[in-house]
Order: sequence, then C-alpha cells, then structure tokens
Amino acid sequence: MSTATPATAVARTRAAGRPGSPQPSPALSHKARSRELKNAAARVLVWLAFLVALVPLVWILWSVVSQGYHLLLDSGWWTHSQKGITARRQGGGAVHAIQGTLLQGAVTAAISVPVAVMTAVYLVEYGRGKLARAVSFMVDILTGIPSIVAGLFIYAVWVTTLGFQRVAFAVSLSLVLLMIPTVVRSTEEMLKLVPNELREASYALGVPKWKTIVRVVLPTAFSGIITGILLGLARVMGETAPLLILGPYTKSIATDLFGGYMATLPTMINQDRTESLQPAVDRVWAAALTLILLILVLNLAGRLIARLGSVRK
Amino acid sequence: MAKRIDVSDLNVYYGSFKAVEGVTMTVEPRSVTAFIGPSGCGKSTFLRTLNRMHEVVPGGRVEGKVMLDDEDLYASGVDPVAVRRTVGMVFQRPNPFPTMSIYDNVAAGLKLNGVRGKKALDEVVERSLRGANLWTEVKDRLGKPGAGLSGGQQQRLCIARAIAVQPQVLLMDEPCSALDPISTLAIEDLISELKSTYTIVIVTHNMQQAARVSDRTAFFNLAATGKPGKLVEVDDTQRIFNNPSVKATEDYISGRFG
Repeated sequence: MSTATPATAVARTRAAGRPGSPQPSPALSHKARSRELKNAAARVLVWLAFLVALVPLVWILWSVVSQGYHLLLDSGWWTHSQKGITARRQGGGAVHAIQGTLLQGAVTAAISVPVAVMTAVYLVEYGRGKLARAVSFMVDILTGIPSIVAGLFIYAVWVTTLGFQRVAFAVSLSLVLLMIPTVVRSTEEMLKLVPNELREASYALGVPKWKTIVRVVLPTAFSGIITGILLGLARVMGETAPLLILGPYTKSIATDLFGGYMATLPTMINQDRTESLQPAVDRVWAAALTLILLILVLNLAGRLIARLGSVRK
Repeated sequence: MAKRIDVSDLNVYYGSFKAVEGVTMTVEPRSVTAFIGPSGCGKSTFLRTLNRMHEVVPGGRVEGKVMLDDEDLYASGVDPVAVRRTVGMVFQRPNPFPTMSIYDNVAAGLKLNGVRGKKALDEVVERSLRGANLWTEVKDRLGKPGAGLSGGQQQRLCIARAIAVQPQVLLMDEPCSALDPISTLAIEDLISELKSTYTIVIVTHNMQQAARVSDRTAFFNLAATGKPGKLVEVDDTQRIFNNPSVKATEDYISGRFG
C-alpha cells in the first residue's frame, strides 16, 4: 500500500544508518527521530483523508458511468426527444432536456453576467462607505439563499402576483438569483488580484478611471472572470429545486421561453426516478451522466479559456 | 516643452493624517531635481502631488499651491486627468500592462485617449522607444508581450510609455530601486539625455545616484514617526553634497544619521 511507503522508508534509513558517517550525539538523534515519526504519521493521515474524500466521488462517477453509458452511445439519445415514449418502452433521446438546460442556462447567463460583473466592478473600483457595505452584505445574503427559496420567490412574484404561467423564463429568473452572487464574488476576487500599480500606471498616462477599468483592469482579469462565470453557470445548470417549482417536465422539444413547458436534464431525471421499469431506469442514469458531462465540458471550457486568455509572459 | 514647477506652502494629508508639511520649492525646467531623505519622510507623497496622483488614494488631499508655469494644478476646475497628461510618471517597480504587447504598451497613453491612425502611432512608438534607448533591443519583437522583457528593459518601456504622451514634466519614483546596477546605469544615462527635453524630478534612496544624475537636490526629513515630513533644504546638488547649509543634511549624506 502506497500510504505506508514513506513510513517504512524512514524506518529503513534509520535502521541502516549511513555507512562511514559518525553517529550523531544522542540528544540530536532523539529529537530528529520523534520529529520524523510525527512527520510520517501526519503524512499517513493526510493520505488517508484524501482517500476517504475520494471514495464518494469515485463511487458516484462509477455508478453513473457504468449504468448510464450504453444509452449515450446510441446516436438517438442525442437526436430524439421522449415524445410518445412510455416507461415500458426503450428508445427516444434526451435532446429535449439537453436543449432546455442549455437554453435556460444561456438566458440565465445573459441576465446574470452583466449585472454581476458590473456589481463587482462597483464593489472593487468605486465602492466606498455605507452603500458598498450594504451591497456587499446583500451579495453575502444572496449567496446563502437555498435554491428552493429562490424558486419559491420567483413563483410568488411571477405566478401568484403577476399571474403568469410557469414557463422557462421564470426558471431562468430564479437561476439568476443563484448565479449573480457567485459571479459577483469570483469577479471581485479576480479584480482584486489586478495590481494597483497597473491602475496607477494608466492614471499617470492621463487615462480616465472608467477607461482604465474597461481597457486595463477588465482585460487583465478577463480569463479569471470568464472562468468564474462558467463555473457559476455549471453550478446553476445542475440546480433542481427551482425547476421542480417553476419548470414542469415535458417529453417534447420546446424552445418557447414564455409559453408552455420546457424539459431540462434535472427534471428529466426526476420524472422517471420512481419508475421500476428498466427502460425508464436506464434513461435516468443516462440523463444523469449527460448532465455530468455537460457540466464537465463547461468546466473544461472555462479552464481552456483561462489558459488561452491568461496573461502572456 | 519643459515647464517650471513652483510649489508654495504645500501640506499633504491622507484623511486627517498630515503626511507632508509646508513645502515651498521651485523645480527648474530642463534639469533633474532629486528628492532624497529617509523612508517615510514624504518624498514620494510629495512627488505624487505634482501630478495629482496622490488623490487616487482614498482620503488624499492637499492645501497650498502647485504652479506649473502660470497654472495652478489645484485650482478649482482643473481636471486631474488633464494634469496627468502634462506631468508623466514612472514608478518604482516596472509596471507594463501585462495584456498588451510592447507596441501597445508604448501606444497605450495615446490609444486609450482616443488617438487613431496607424502611421501616427508607429511614429510615436518608434520615437518614444528610441527616446528610452530601447528601440534597437525590441524593434524586431514589438508584437511580443511587454512583460517578457527583463526588469531594466521593462522600466525603460515604462519610460517610453510615459514620454509617448509628450508630457512637460517627468516624475520618477525610485525608478531604479528594483533594478540591477547595469540596468540602473542605462536608466541614469537615459535621464541625462531626457533632461534636455523635460523637467525631471526623481525620488531616490541612492545618494550616489542623486549626486550622479541631478542638478539640484532636495533633502526631506521628519522629526519623528507619526509627524509630518518636511523639506529641510533644496540647493544645487554640488552644494548639498559638499557644503550643505543644514547640519541634518550633512549627517544624512555622510551616513551619520540616526
């Protein structure tokens, strides 16, 4: 077992000693030995903790991949919807749900990103005093809102108060509430990383503050901001609670944001999860794997953009 | 191009803390004026008031007058942004824009202020890089990132960037403190060349440097930590280093200080 190696290695070196070298005095060697033992113990502990943390991760991935992969290999999965397909029957695809998730994610991002990035710019570049503290506090509170509360809030506004139907756009609105705080926080961190010297260099050239932000600060932080946005998006795309409240499932492809139901991967998973018939169970696993893959792709895209856009040396 | 700076009775504050007190001095055009003094005595702070850069620190403000020829930099209605176009600045650590190429770094001041036209920009970039003694080293890689240059080259790039907007005055805040002796020498040579065109003010901790490059030297000191810094005396560099009129100056220069 690999975790034991460092400890045994230490023990071996101790036992053999270095041939030809004089023995250290007892006081010195005693101290060294107790420290090395502690070091070895800490190392074993850290490795164990790492392995323990890895167990659920590998477990989840293994069960989802092993039970879901075969449907993903079928090209119909990526081209067909579930229209007319019952739990008893095999076949059909997830394109309606994939499309819905991507569409709602895109709308969510289109609304959240400008608001969140500008909020972060305000907090880092302009915010002083009471207002800035209030805004920062609000963002903290938003960060802590459970997703089901965001869903219920939008339901109260959209359906109960305004009298509209439960549509995809309402889902996006609730996801906006969840996405804004994470993007504000990540963008803030990235803007804070931009050295003040660069801002001063720009001011010293007679460049106004707003232009310094647009042309120097934001480009310098660009890759980090994009990474934060994609990670935030990946997170909200897996959200389920607001979808259960605001986005009823449908088996057909739907693209209308303001009318009718629109399927998403989380609601597709939820739809069939209580079924005992094998074709439906298979589809649940496959949809789960598809969602994981989708988020994985977003994460990878985020990293790629971060690498391409990172400050060149 | 170069302008004279006349400072009278200037107090500089950060919030309620008085950082510099009662500075009155004249900076001659087409010459190099060096500010020397112990750390925390307010030389950099005072330097930054000459192009209103200290205002970017929250709470930074001044009392008194800074005249650039016959214009008061602190008169109401004066735009700090316009002041900074006239009075350029080079910082302690080289700070080229990391997202920009060498060319774009030099052209940044003009581009960001809306100057268009490739030909005009090409000319300015070449002239500024030549002016900063950097042209021959970088002319074949103008498209490469500015952050890829050595420290000394980066600092000369920053000088090129500062002179590209054709300021009247060039402020340098310890421009060599992050550089090795060879790069320092290159910058000092450059300063001697630039003084025929610009008014140059340089803050330095290196007294040999002040003696080498400057025509006039101002010695700043502070009574104790927490007290405001003061201008002790300003005179010809020769005089300051050989026969200063104040005892504290002599002590500082000869290394007998505190």
